[in-house]
Amino acid sequence: MKSGISRISPRFAFFLLLFCVAPAFAQAPDWVHTGSNLGNARIRIAAADFKPANADPSTPSLKATFDATLYADLASAGIFDMVSKSLAPPATPGAPQEIRLSDWSAAPASAQMVAFGALSASGGRLVVNGWLFDTGATGTQVIARQYNEQASQEMARTVAHRFADAIITQLGGGVSGIAETKIYFVSSRSGSKEIWAMDYDGQNQRAVTHLGVISLSPRVSPDNSRIAFASLGKDGWAVRMFSLDLGRMVSFPGGTAGGNNFSPAWSGDGAKLAFSSARSGAPEIWVSDATGGGLHQITSFRKADVSPTWNPRTNSQLAFVSGRTGLPQIYTMDQDGSNVQRLTDGGYAISPSWSPNGQFLTFSWNRKYGPGAPGGQDIYVMDIASKRWLQLTHDSGSNDFPFWAPDGRHIVFERAIGGKTEIWSMLADGTEQHQLTHSGNNFMPNWSWK
Amino acid sequence: MRETAYVNGLKFYARKHNKFSNPQKETALKRFYRFVLPAVLLVSIAAIGGCKKKEAAPPPASTAPVATAPAPTATITATPTSISAGDQVVLSWRTTDATSVSIDGIGQVPTAGVKTVLPTVSTSYHLVAVGDGGQTDATARVTVAAPPSAVEAPTSGMSDEEAFHANVQDIFFDYDTAEIRADAQATLSKDAAYLNSHPDVRFVIGGYCDERGSNEYNLALGQNRAESVKSALVNSGVAASRIRVISYGKEKPFCSESTEECWQQNRRGGFTMDK
Repeated sequence: MKSGISRISPRFAFFLLLFCVAPAFAQAPDWVHTGSNLGNARIRIAAADFKPANADPSTPSLKATFDATLYADLASAGIFDMVSKSLAPPATPGAPQEIRLSDWSAAPASAQMVAFGALSASGGRLVVNGWLFDTGATGTQVIARQYNEQASQEMARTVAHRFADAIITQLGGGVSGIAETKIYFVSSRSGSKEIWAMDYDGQNQRAVTHLGVISLSPRVSPDNSRIAFASLGKDGWAVRMFSLDLGRMVSFPGGTAGGNNFSPAWSGDGAKLAFSSARSGAPEIWVSDATGGGLHQITSFRKADVSPTWNPRTNSQLAFVSGRTGLPQIYTMDQDGSNVQRLTDGGYAISPSWSPNGQFLTFSWNRKYGPGAPGGQDIYVMDIASKRWLQLTHDSGSNDFPFWAPDGRHIVFERAIGGKTEIWSMLADGTEQHQLTHSGNNFMPNWSWK
Repeated sequence: MRETAYVNGLKFYARKHNKFSNPQKETALKRFYRFVLPAVLLVSIAAIGGCKKKEAAPPPASTAPVATAPAPTATITATPTSISAGDQVVLSWRTTDATSVSIDGIGQVPTAGVKTVLPTVSTSYHLVAVGDGGQTDATARVTVAAPPSAVEAPTSGMSDEEAFHANVQDIFFDYDTAEIRADAQATLSKDAAYLNSHPDVRFVIGGYCDERGSNEYNLALGQNRAESVKSALVNSGVAASRIRVISYGKEKPFCSESTEECWQQNRRGGFTMDK
C-alpha cells in the first residue's frame, strides 16, 4: 500500500502539473515580462475615434488613417489591454469639455485610460489635438498634445505614431515607444539581395541600396546616420557603409582587407564596430572605430567566430557565435577578448542579439540538431546571468536572426516556411506574432535604435 | 568517412528508439490501470476542486500510449564506402516497424537484407522505410575513385578554362566541418598535380555550404573550407600567391533541393580561374 502511494504520488504531481499548472506555464514566466519591460499587468485603454473638426473634404481619409494607426500602435505596444472599438461609447469627444469619463470607465468599455481628440485638414495643413485622460475618480489629464503638419496620408500616420509614442512612454514606465522606429532588412524581391527599410509596422517598404550584388546583415548606427552591411564583390566580402544622411555609399576602408568581412555590429554608443574578418586566415571577431580605423583582432581560434553583438548597456562586452567546439554555440566575452563564456549547452545556436537593458540575449537555436533528430530552428530568449531560457517560437517554420527593438519589448526575426522567408515581429515573450513582409523573400531584420 | 558518421548517427537513433517502442506495447494495458485511470480520476477531482482550466483534461483514450504505432527505424551501411570503378560493394540494411522499404535506384526491397552492387560513379544509396507510425530514411554513400590511369584528362581542343575545370575538381566536405576528408585526398593530389604543371594559372577557391543554418555562420564555415583547400594545395607545392579565397556560404548553391544528396553537392571547395 505504501509503495502504491509512493508510486502514484509523483504521477499525481505530474498530472496536476499537466492539467492545472501547464496552461499557466504556457505563458511566459515573470522573469521575461519584468526584464523585457512588458510588465505583468496591462493597462486597459480606449482610443476613441477622433472628431473631425471641420468639413474639409480631405479630413475624413486623414482621420481614418490617423484613427487606425493610433489604435494599432497602442494595441501592438505590449503593455495595453485595448478596449475594442465596438465596446466604446458612441460619442466622439473632440476636447476635454466634451468627454464624459464615466461613459468610458463604465462597463463594457471599463477603460482606465482614454485617448481622444480632434483632427482637421485645412489649407494643406493637418492639425491634431490629442488628450489622454485617466478615467479614475479624479479624471486627471495625463497628456495633451498639439500637432500641426503638412496634410498627407504619410503625416497622418506619423502624427498618430508620435501621439501613440507619447502615451506609451508616459504609461510604460518611461521606456520610449517605438512607433517611429524603422526596420532594415535584406530583400531579394527585386532580383539580387539588397538592403531595404520599412516602418516598424511593415508600412513604407522601400529599397535602400541598388548595388546589384549580394548584400547581407544590415546594421543601422545608433544615430540613424549610416547602415553597415556586408556585400559580395569581386574580391570577396566587404563591410560597407551606406549614409542615410547623404543617400549614397560612403567609404569604410577598414572593412575590405583580406576578402572576407561580414556580420557587422555597432556598439550602443556608435563609437565602435565589431565584425567577422578572415584577413588573418580564419574568420575572427575584429573591432574598429566608427570610421574603420583602430582595427584590432579580439578572437583567435581557427574555427568560425562570427555574428558579434554588443552589450548595449556597457558597450564593453560582446556575444558572438563560435564553432570552436563543433556545432555553433553562443558565447560572451569582454571587448579585449578575455573572459570567454559559453552560454548554450548544445544543439545549433546562432544569430545572437543583446537586449537594450543588457540582461538578455535572443538567438536562434535548434536544440536537437543532427541526423535522426530533426528539431526546429526556433527563437529563444536567455537571461545571461542565470542562463535560464524561454523558447519563443514553436512548430512554425525555421526561425533565425532575431533582433531586439529599442523598447526591449519587441523582437523582429525571419521565418522560413516552405522555401519562403519573411520578416515577423513579436513581443519578447513570444506572443502576438505578426508577419511584416509579404513580397518576395526577406531576411536578416535589424531594428533601429530609436 | 562522412557517411559512416551519418549512418552511425542513424543507428544510434534507432537504438534509442527501439528501447522505448517495445516495452511500451507490452505494458500499455497495465499502464492504463496504474497510470492513466488514476490520473483521470485525479484530474476530475482537481477540476471539481477549482482547477481553472477544466478544458485541459483530454479524454482518456488520447493519453493512452497504445494509441500510436511506433515510428519506423532504418539503418543502411555500405562496405566498403570507398572503391575504384568496377569493385563490388555490399549494402546491408535493417528496419523496424516498417511495412514498405525501398532503396532509390534499386526499388522495393525486404525489410532487412543484403545486396551486392557495382557502382561505376559515386552513389548515395537512399533507403526509405514506411510504416504505420510514419516514415524514415537512411543513406549510405559510396565514393568511386576515377580509374588510376587518368592522371590528366585529355585537353586537346579545350580552352584553358575548360581544361582547368576538367582537371581541377571540387573538394567535398562533411556537414559543419572544414576538415579535408580521406576520400578527397586523391582529388586534391590530382588538382595539385595539374596546378603545379600550369604555374601561370591563378585561381579562386570558393567555400560553399548547404542551406542549413544561418547565412552569417555559413559564410564563416565556407571561409574555413576554402582555407582548408588552400593550405592543402600550398602543402602540395602550389604557390599561395596564385590563390584567392572567397566564401560564398549558402549564397550561391549548386543545387537547391532539401536532400542530403543536394546538400553534399553544396558542401564543397570549388575552383574558378582568376582573370
